[in-house]
Amino acid sequence: MRKLRHVAAAACAISTIVLSGNVLAQAATPSGATAPKKEVTGKELAFDRRKGNCLACHGMPTVPDAESTGLYGPPLIAMSARFPDKAKLRAQIWDATAINPSSAMIPFGKHGVLSEAEIDKVTDFVYGL
Amino acid sequence: MKQQIIMKLLTVMAGLGIALGAVTTHASPEKDRQEFIKHYTAKFPNIKVEDYVYGALAFDADGRAQYDAIMEFPPFDSEIEKGRQMWETPFKNGKTYADCLPNGGKQIAGNYPMFDEAKGKVVTLHDAINQCRTANGEEAFKLNDMKTMGLLTAYMRTLSDGMMMNIKAETPRAMAAYEDGKKTFFSRKGQLNFACASCHVQNAGSRLRSELISPAVGHAVHWPVFRGGDNLVSLQNRYSGCFSQVRAVSPAVGSETMNNLEYFHSALSNGLPLKASVFRK
Repeated sequence: MRKLRHVAAAACAISTIVLSGNVLAQAATPSGATAPKKEVTGKELAFDRRKGNCLACHGMPTVPDAESTGLYGPPLIAMSARFPDKAKLRAQIWDATAINPSSAMIPFGKHGVLSEAEIDKVTDFVYGL
Repeated sequence: MKQQIIMKLLTVMAGLGIALGAVTTHASPEKDRQEFIKHYTAKFPNIKVEDYVYGALAFDADGRAQYDAIMEFPPFDSEIEKGRQMWETPFKNGKTYADCLPNGGKQIAGNYPMFDEAKGKVVTLHDAINQCRTANGEEAFKLNDMKTMGLLTAYMRTLSDGMMMNIKAETPRAMAAYEDGKKTFFSRKGQLNFACASCHVQNAGSRLRSELISPAVGHAVHWPVFRGGDNLVSLQNRYSGCFSQVRAVSPAVGSETMNNLEYFHSALSNGLPLKASVFRK
């Protein structure tokens, strides 16, 4: 009986080591076995319905593949002229309700819908429209 | 000179404050309804308020034409028929729904939700049906069960087709429930930070993607709806859908929050005829 318990304990210990070893190995080679992940672009984030989903509310008249766009917000065009200060455009995407409390725009940064890095990319993309 | 202007401004602001104060202290369902209609008709002067019962279809002639064609031979007729059979089948004690609901269950759906003073809370049509069942020794239906409560209500509301919506909130406790529903309607919810009003007041008649957005006035008269043919959806189930679309946790169907929301929301359609039961895509 006692011996059995020893064996079980040893088995547990071994499996723990093996498992953690696996985890470490994975952490050491982030893109090792799997194909290297393509970096997501600002446009992809802007178009992704689970991410920016900009097209739900905004048209993008200069982007040919921006289809079935909504009308909640103004069309995104001539953005660098409308927002000479890019930081203001970023702030608008981060939380539009800061300037206009009744804005229906999603506070993408404030509510963590997009990460800070994702907002940077989306800002760059939108700024170029 | 400058001082004069400031004084003038102050007087105007004070006047506005008093005016606004007067509105809020004397707010009533009727005043709210008129405010909503004023907002929509200012934006869409060419669309008749009577047509709001068609929801987004009021803003879309093509969609409306398709709807009219579908409604000539509704694909959900056999479902309504199931509801009729449930309605007419007596309880084990021999009584029927018509025996225990007011006016034999006809021309009454537009009175619900109503505030029940004895219970101190809002009672929906679903609640009234369940009360009828339990009072006759039957088990209450689950509010979410479209095969029982859903079909029965879809049929029962046809007995009130054309009745004018007639929601009353006349006592202080009824008004408190109404105000609670109004608060839910205007409160931002979820990660996406939308209120009901963000879409159905601010953006009614506009498009989210390619979807036309309906005004809140005229909503409550035409639910439940058969979506895409025969998929029956109740009004509170639709609320749940809205909550999850904005990534909010939905209050439970039949909860006080939902019932009060339905109470407020239904009162917005007072004076419009019930449309039962209808197709939506």
